[in-house]
Parts: sequence; structure tokens; C-alpha cells
Amino acid sequence: MTIGLSHYLIVAAILFTLGILGIFLNRKNVIVILMSIELILLSVNINLVSFSAFLGDIIGQIYALIVLTVAAAEAAIGLAILVVFYRNRGSIAVEDINAMKG
Amino acid sequence: MNFSAVFFYLFSAVMLGSAFMVIASRNPVHSVLFLILTFVNAAGLFVLAGAEFLALILIVVYVGAVAVLFLFVVMMLDVDFAELRQGFLQYLPAGVIVGLIFLVELLLVVGAWVAGPGIANAVKAPIPPVAQVTNTQAIGRVLYTTYVHYFELAGIVLLVAMIGAIVLTLQHRKNVQRQNISAQNARSKKTALEIRKVRPGQGI
Repeated sequence: MTIGLSHYLIVAAILFTLGILGIFLNRKNVIVILMSIELILLSVNINLVSFSAFLGDIIGQIYALIVLTVAAAEAAIGLAILVVFYRNRGSIAVEDINAMKG
Repeated sequence: MNFSAVFFYLFSAVMLGSAFMVIASRNPVHSVLFLILTFVNAAGLFVLAGAEFLALILIVVYVGAVAVLFLFVVMMLDVDFAELRQGFLQYLPAGVIVGLIFLVELLLVVGAWVAGPGIANAVKAPIPPVAQVTNTQAIGRVLYTTYVHYFELAGIVLLVAMIGAIVLTLQHRKNVQRQNISAQNARSKKTALEIRKVRPGQGI
């Protein structure tokens, strides 16, 4: 039994769904929401790398590298905003983030 | 079942299980540790797919930087996480329904997908044989030539993220003594030194 492209795609799809489920279930905890976003970006990376490997094109891996960079920058900025918010409000619950009344 | 298939199922099973524990565990510190396990197993999947460089970068960037950053923030914030978990069961049915529908749709898309006939001709930068050029070398040959603008763009994104994080979290406290470099450099012999004659038996 050989592992094909569709095996990788199915694993990435399940991982993506778990990330979305994490955002749904932990609606109050911003830290877990950020971790779920990391999971979603990881599943996108798995898709890119598996397409790159099975179609024989190295550009998918280059693009995965860019996605990795963006994910790292997003985590840094998100956690910085979280720290500033906690310093001002003393809470990280999502329902307390309502100062803009959007 | 050959060797790589066994490892594929091992890595993907552990990765999906730990990804589930990331979103389901009660303690956020456990969530971060399971996130690290997820990334390490994803790195194993990347190695199986032949992308060693990305696998090692994944471990360095995610486990070394991002997960430690998460751990640092979780431990630094003094938050009652049990209170934040209220409503977990309340959103469980809707979340599971939405997730299931989404998963079924994704699986249908993946199952119906076949590579188009022209895709072999559309390959821009084919992966050279591993015996001649390693994965890292192949990435470097493309990344620093054709895609050098993307590389620079990634550098700018990281620079902006670094400056943004510093600007956001830097706080100026009023009652903290700081070094004033221009005042230090402006000192001369006249302002710094004073010579006095001290007579014996008398103070200054």
C-alpha cells in the first residue's frame, strides 16, 4: 500500500477542521484561538508541501516557507496585542473585547 | 505495508490526536505542549514527503520560537482559565455540526479531485533528483534567484512584526532612572571636575 497525495490531503483536511472546531469551542479564550489559527496554517502548509512533493515542483515548498514566515509574524503580533490588552483590562476573555462597540 | 506507510500513519495519527488535545485540554499549558507535539509530527510528515529543509525549519521556528512564545505568554498572564472554559459544552453541538459539514465537504472535494492533464507541463521548477541535489540546495537555487523578491518580502514581514511587537509592548515608566547618553557625552572637564585645596585639620 503506497501513500499517495490524497492521504496527505485528507490528513490536512482533518487538521483544518480541528482548527476551525477549536475556534468554535474555545470562544472565550484568545490564546487557544491563536493556537487554532496556527493549526489551520499548519494544515495549509501540509497541503502545499504534499502538492509540491507529488507534482514534482519545488515552488510549493518556497510558498510554504512564506506561509511559515507569516504565521510566525502573526503569532508575535497577536500575542503582543494580547499582552497589551491584558495590561489594560486585566482579562483576556473575548467578550470583554468590546471597547470599539463594533 | 511498507516502512514509509507505517510511519505516515504513525505521524498523522499522533499529529491529529495531539491537535485534538490542543483544542480540548483544560490547561492552556498542556495545549501549548500538545501544539509542540503536533508540530514535531508534522515535521515527520514533511520528511516523509521529501521536504527535509521545511521539516527542520518547522521545528526551529515553531517549537523553538512560536511555541515558546505561547508558553511564555500563558505563564505570564495571571488568568483564571477555568472561567474562560465556561460555555465549552454550550458551543459543542453547533461546533461539531459545523465541523462535520465542513470536513465532509473538504473530503468530497479531495476525493473528486484529479490532477489535470496539463499539470506536468505547468511545473515551473522541477525538483531535481535527490542523489544529485539535496532538498536544501534545490530550495536555495530557486529561492535566491527567481523568487528573491518573495524572500525579501518575508524579511520585511518579519521586520514589521518585530517592530510592531516592540512598539506595542514597550511601556515608559516615569519613576525609572534611565541612562541619558547625550548628557553623558556633553560632560567636559569643566563640568565634571572641581579641584579644591584642603588644608590640614579642616574639612572642605
